[in-house]
Amino acid sequence: MVRRLIMDREQEGGHPDVGGLVPPGMERRSLHMPAVAEPELLRHYIALSQANFGTDSGPYPLGSCTMKHNPKYADRLAASPKVTRMHPYMEDARTQGCLELMSRMEASLCSISGMDAVSLHPAAGAHGEYASMLMVRAYHRSRNEERDEVIVPDSAHGTNPASARMAGFKLVEIPSGDDGRVDIGALESALSERSAAFMLTNPNTLGLFEKDVRELASMVHDRGALLYYDGANLNAVMGRTSPGAMGFDIVHFNLHKTFATPHGGGGPGSGPVGVRSFLEPFLPVPRVVEEDGWRTLDWSRPQSIGKVGSALGNFAVVLRAYAYILRQGGDGLKDASARAVLNANYLKRRIEDHYEVPFSDPRKHEFVASALALKKEKGVRALDVAKRMIDHGVHPPTIYFPSLVEEALMIEPTEDETKESLDRVADVMSAIAEEDPETVKAAPLEGAVGRVDESKAAKEAVLSFRRLRALRDV
Amino acid sequence: MDREEMMELIGIEFEEDLFKDVPAEVRCHLPLPPGMSERGTIAAVERILERNRHMGEEPSFLGAGCYDHYVPAAVDHIVSRSEFYTSYTPYQPEISQGMLQALFEYQSHICELTAMDAANCSLYDGATALGEAARMCARLNDGGVFLAPRAMSREKLSVLRNYLIGSGVDIGLYGWDEDGGLDIDDLGPRLREGLCGVYAEFPNMFGVIDARADLLRPLTDAPLVLGVNPLSLALCKPPGEMGADIVVGDGQCLGAHPNFGGPGLGIFACRQEHVRKMPGRVIGLTEDSRGQQAFCMTMQTREQHIRRGRATSNICTNVALLAVGAAVHMSLLGRDGLVSLARENAERARRLMDLLSELDNVVSPFFDNHHFNEFLAEMPVRPEKLNRVLAKRGFQGGLPMGPHVPELGDCMLLTSTEMHDDAAQDAFVEALREVL
Repeated sequence: MVRRLIMDREQEGGHPDVGGLVPPGMERRSLHMPAVAEPELLRHYIALSQANFGTDSGPYPLGSCTMKHNPKYADRLAASPKVTRMHPYMEDARTQGCLELMSRMEASLCSISGMDAVSLHPAAGAHGEYASMLMVRAYHRSRNEERDEVIVPDSAHGTNPASARMAGFKLVEIPSGDDGRVDIGALESALSERSAAFMLTNPNTLGLFEKDVRELASMVHDRGALLYYDGANLNAVMGRTSPGAMGFDIVHFNLHKTFATPHGGGGPGSGPVGVRSFLEPFLPVPRVVEEDGWRTLDWSRPQSIGKVGSALGNFAVVLRAYAYILRQGGDGLKDASARAVLNANYLKRRIEDHYEVPFSDPRKHEFVASALALKKEKGVRALDVAKRMIDHGVHPPTIYFPSLVEEALMIEPTEDETKESLDRVADVMSAIAEEDPETVKAAPLEGAVGRVDESKAAKEAVLSFRRLRALRDV
Repeated sequence: MDREEMMELIGIEFEEDLFKDVPAEVRCHLPLPPGMSERGTIAAVERILERNRHMGEEPSFLGAGCYDHYVPAAVDHIVSRSEFYTSYTPYQPEISQGMLQALFEYQSHICELTAMDAANCSLYDGATALGEAARMCARLNDGGVFLAPRAMSREKLSVLRNYLIGSGVDIGLYGWDEDGGLDIDDLGPRLREGLCGVYAEFPNMFGVIDARADLLRPLTDAPLVLGVNPLSLALCKPPGEMGADIVVGDGQCLGAHPNFGGPGLGIFACRQEHVRKMPGRVIGLTEDSRGQQAFCMTMQTREQHIRRGRATSNICTNVALLAVGAAVHMSLLGRDGLVSLARENAERARRLMDLLSELDNVVSPFFDNHHFNEFLAEMPVRPEKLNRVLAKRGFQGGLPMGPHVPELGDCMLLTSTEMHDDAAQDAFVEALREVL
């Protein structure tokens, strides 16, 4: 069913007079906006919400994204005017609650990560990576060292190389070894006196734990570089190990992954960064500081990288994550990781008869299967499998990432799926592998929407109703 | 029970076996207290928040990019739909048409407000949107200097510097004139040099609706970036009619709560010829296999998950849910609602500045010009000190300018919105009269 664009209900009539309020000649003359009463508006957007799928709708095993359940108590807390109607420029006397919550959250994240100091400012994981790369740059400069290269594995999340490049570093990409892990020889030859940092996620994007991480850390540190932890996969290891114990110097967290805050259809997230004490002076300003239970914002940090965003981070997201950490406690977080890992290995075992899962070791929180055999035998690609899963009410996994697995299906069930739900996902994927290839290739067939033509969208680049109207008028 | 069956299938006896690849040398414990009940969690967090004094408890005259506006209940209701807020980025369009269409409507509304052809579906906030705009100018153009107003918040200027760090582009700052508008004599000659881009704000940091922003286009070939308060555009000539190449701003004022400054809503719009250089996710119109109207994320080859180190930006997670809220907000208000809200804001600010001008030792407004919903007032005492005195009387005063624009350190940026009635303004002015 096609839902009319709300702009199709445009308001008629001339533009209201705005004279006197703006400088002469600077008045607005027309504005195209819809005219809908609230009942009609609600039906429109409720219908749109019903044409969308969230973790509350069904299984969402999207690899690398940690689509946990988003607990509702966190939303209740975030709806308080003690949160919503707080302004970042308020006097400290009014914001003691916000500042106390921020320091408590910073301390919790230090405990979880084994880092010495945390900043909550970055608004998302990639933003935390960027803040971190700025700190790497500032740190080496403070030591009068010219280090302009950042090393990333070929299996890294795309944000890693993008963040390093944005901060002005040259990229050195190293291939993975035969076991899917960092190739120690390749790292050795990539390291030099130009190396500023090595960016690593552990477990890596194949879900494999980098067992030699301590050795990697020594190699990196011996050459004067820093070791960076991409926290996207932290959900695998809480309570068993920590980035600090593994030897990392800088960490970013994804509160919208590991700490259960909603993804909001793409955001907002929150991407705090944690560092060892020698990097603390470089964290963004202002820092929350405490004296006798009274907290203030400290701007006098001469070595700080400055600001990465307008305010003090996504407080409404930080608050939700803090509530989740309190509710779970240390044992609950440890158990969440254990269940996430159990679920991933169970689902892997359940689908292995139909999909090859390259690399033999046990996985952590996710695994990468391949549809290569299906493609060779029947011409069914990972994309087709994904689209057919939609017909069965299961959100597809991440596809075609990481690129070292051909026809990749990257699957992360999280701890919140039950055995029954995992069995359903496995049954759906197995059935698709057995199905008539023409059916799979034509999917989705059952829902209101057929396969969407993405190349037409890219070719025509119609990104607004205004553009559409201009094309219609031609 | 289920756990045991699952462990049996994968051939392990103990849960610990799942972690046998984590070597002893990196093992550690998690030193956090045990968990709490849901009720206990709520109580514990509420105890902390209890120490806050919010803008509904005591009137606040703060703004500067983050505004206390009324958020219609329908907006909160729609963004609370869990099909929206518990979904991920719509990588699979067939299962995400609702989010995709809502985001396309957001992009469309932003394009209408700004009179631009294309918008992305959000960046983190207004400051990072400016940073990304400057980086995009460096992709569009060779020049080595990005010109920006010196009258910017220290936060925004710092973010801009940080976003340009890897680009090799320097920032040049220009001043303001005696009426608070941009100093065209300072800026004019510099517009002919090898510029990467030029940025102006409309309204600017002083709340001035600066007509001189409209003079820039003919003076330079470099990309022109205009920073806006989107709500003010219901009254003002849109940047597209002023020749802007890129428009940025913070859309928190469109249906989102202040939330202690985060999340914000980074608005980013541009001309059609620049769309393939844009940062961030964009939603495009297309069709499905049955020929029906459909939407999907498009031009993803600009993005980090495809282009990696050569992406136009590193951004992945954005603030899509706030973009949905903004779409609902603008749809609900419609043209007349937006105009009337914007008018009310401008009139509120004007009333407050007029009342303050009656105080002997206050210069209000400091700049004789048209303002939107905020303005500078010069105070006879340092604004930082004044705010501490006002706090004792139950008011949160405006933003002291000192940390942002040191030579205006005696000025306070005062903001008024539809949340202030006459009584609140009168009481604030009365309190000022008594303390000054």
